[in-house]
Amino acid sequence: MNEKRLFVKQFGFALESIKAAWPICLGYLPLGFAFGVLAQKAGLDLLDIALMSILVYAGSSQFIAVAMLSSAAAPVSIILTTFVVNLRHLLMSSSLAVYLHGESRRFLSVFAYGVTDESFAVNLVKFRAGGWHRYQALAVNQIANFTWIGSTILGGYTGQFILAGSYGIDYALSAMFLCLLTFQLRGRIYLLTAIISGASAIAISLIVPGNGFIIMASLFGATAGFALKRYAQRKRGSYA
Amino acid sequence: MLKTEYLLLMVGMGLVTYIPRYLPLFFLAQRNLPRWFIEWLDMIPVAILSALVFSEIFLSGSQRHLDILQIKSLAAIPTFLIALKTKSLGGTVISGMILFWFAERI
Repeated sequence: MNEKRLFVKQFGFALESIKAAWPICLGYLPLGFAFGVLAQKAGLDLLDIALMSILVYAGSSQFIAVAMLSSAAAPVSIILTTFVVNLRHLLMSSSLAVYLHGESRRFLSVFAYGVTDESFAVNLVKFRAGGWHRYQALAVNQIANFTWIGSTILGGYTGQFILAGSYGIDYALSAMFLCLLTFQLRGRIYLLTAIISGASAIAISLIVPGNGFIIMASLFGATAGFALKRYAQRKRGSYA
Repeated sequence: MLKTEYLLLMVGMGLVTYIPRYLPLFFLAQRNLPRWFIEWLDMIPVAILSALVFSEIFLSGSQRHLDILQIKSLAAIPTFLIALKTKSLGGTVISGMILFWFAERI
């Protein structure tokens, strides 16, 4: 009887993770598939694709890497670009660290592997709402991870039968970022921060070459948003 | 590209991706963070996502240039409204792809 209750409890526990992860999976499927197709077109075989998805596991930088590989870029420049593009995870892991206070080094090193734009956004919302267990967060990471690896391989396999650019696959990434952005618009200051950060991303990208503009604009936008928030708090007198 | 060279490239890309994911978790999760820092971090996600979205929909070409009125930005308006209304990531991605696919055909 006790065992049965424990099973039901654990099942509910796992089910919550699956429920939280499925929208990510639905986003990763077309995206991973699109990546597989493009990688196959660039001359990577299934093993190459699997290797990249397992070792790197970062959507946008994988797309960029494939583009650079097909234009025969030097490995060092591909690695540097990957570093800059993925540097934003530094900020995401920093946000999540608040909720993983005091966890073991081993757990953190496993958890770190699965921090992506999407798993981060979902886990942050869950942690903020409260009652989210670290293993549920890890499960979300890993469900998303397996979906990504699987869908990129599937895309690589099916690639030969699909014409590039069809079915709006090119728009999957934009739609996904757009939706994740709406989850973050929790008030006027957040909306203002989004506008400042977005506009500065455009401005910086036109002036500074390379891919550093995302992280520069994010740091600037977040700092401006933070200053605005402090200003609003002071004006209302709620902050001493 | 040779297989060993490719493998080394993947290990390199993997390392530079993993380190920024790991370091803050390791250094920040072990201690209490100051309140202002937590408040600042709270603004990071919206800033990153917005920077990504704006650059996705308002820039075009390999030699980046500003392109305010293009299919990507026009399709973003209904996609944004669908996201606000449904709060569903999967639904938004699929509707966005369909909208973009149709818009490309017009």
